[in-house]
Amino acid sequence: MARTLINVPPKAKKGDVIAVKTLISHEMETGYRHDNVGKSIPRDIITQFVCTYNGLEIFRADLFPAIAANPFISFFTVATASGTIEFKWTGDNGFSQTETANITVE
Amino acid sequence: MKSQDVIGLMLRSSPCPQGEVSVSAPSFETPALRRAPQDEGGTGRSILQICALIGAIVSTTIVSLAAEIPLNERKSGYEFMGPESRAMQDDDTANPASLWVLDGEALWKRKAGAASKSCADCHGDASETMKGVAARYPAFNAARGRPINLDQQINICRTERQQATPLPLEGKELLALNAYVARQSRGMPISVASDERTRPFVEAGRTMFYRRQGQLNFACAQCHDDNWKEKLAGSPITQAHPSGYPIYRLEWQNVGSLQRRLRNCITGMRVDNYPPGANELVDLELFLMWRARGMPMEAPAVRP
Repeated sequence: MARTLINVPPKAKKGDVIAVKTLISHEMETGYRHDNVGKSIPRDIITQFVCTYNGLEIFRADLFPAIAANPFISFFTVATASGTIEFKWTGDNGFSQTETANITVE
Repeated sequence: MKSQDVIGLMLRSSPCPQGEVSVSAPSFETPALRRAPQDEGGTGRSILQICALIGAIVSTTIVSLAAEIPLNERKSGYEFMGPESRAMQDDDTANPASLWVLDGEALWKRKAGAASKSCADCHGDASETMKGVAARYPAFNAARGRPINLDQQINICRTERQQATPLPLEGKELLALNAYVARQSRGMPISVASDERTRPFVEAGRTMFYRRQGQLNFACAQCHDDNWKEKLAGSPITQAHPSGYPIYRLEWQNVGSLQRRLRNCITGMRVDNYPPGANELVDLELFLMWRARGMPMEAPAVRP
């Protein structure tokens, strides 16, 4: 399990634009490097990030080898209803991690 | 004595393509000091006087260039960063080093070793007991008779209290514990001890900071005291105050210790490097922390 850090405001007014920030620990090994005996280090990256808000997809990103380790993804959305925001990272070697955050909309 | 001191200085500042590799300045000087009085000849003496004069000029130049930065003009590396990097450090949820702090918190509570003890079993709540601790390291260790840094203290706890194997330097676990402990001192003034016991080591660190070494014949001070307003290959040089270690360095894409950063610079100076954990590096850490005394801790910081 990779360590993650999610920042979603716990409370918002209906219609507010809110910032969502996510951080996940991951090597993001590019696949272009070699070890000290010249052997190629296989690629190991996160390839996709998907965010759903009460089941509705609101943000998606494809990630590539040029993206730095420990990807930080931040975006904005509109607070529509109270509920759960779910984050899912998937990647090489069967990597998959899901985190959730709750938001109360008044 | 006066002119002999000057010769010593001159020798140190003379180009030295092979590089002075270790902390050998005192022993390097001594033969010169001993030889000088044996030279009885008049020509020798006048050459000596010319040397002394040149030495005096060179040393005056060195003194006037390598002036210490006045306390009120000191700046953290933070102040040299762009707005994006600053924003990353200012927000804990954007600072990737927070991931290490969280790992460190988990390690703090995890039992380890034959003693089956966790850090918390002895030290309790780190937010109380570790407050200000990192701001005091490197600190004098009576058993070793010399200052030790926080990594070394953590490993002493591991081997002696937890009866566990020491954590590898620059490994994820040690960096995580260090980041977690250092985080508890955020905002507190750096306050390493400068007393009879630590002073010789502060001075050893100072000597290293001001001594030219390596193939490029550079002293740390030439960049970090004299040219911190300038840039090197487009990047700000900075004043080298270690207020934010361990740091998340974007170039490393990882958290790293102060020693890793020091070894980076030393390699850049083309000096035969000191191994990680070397006493010379701890002395330099101590001097740099003393030099940054009173500046607020910002660990774990973000640096480009």
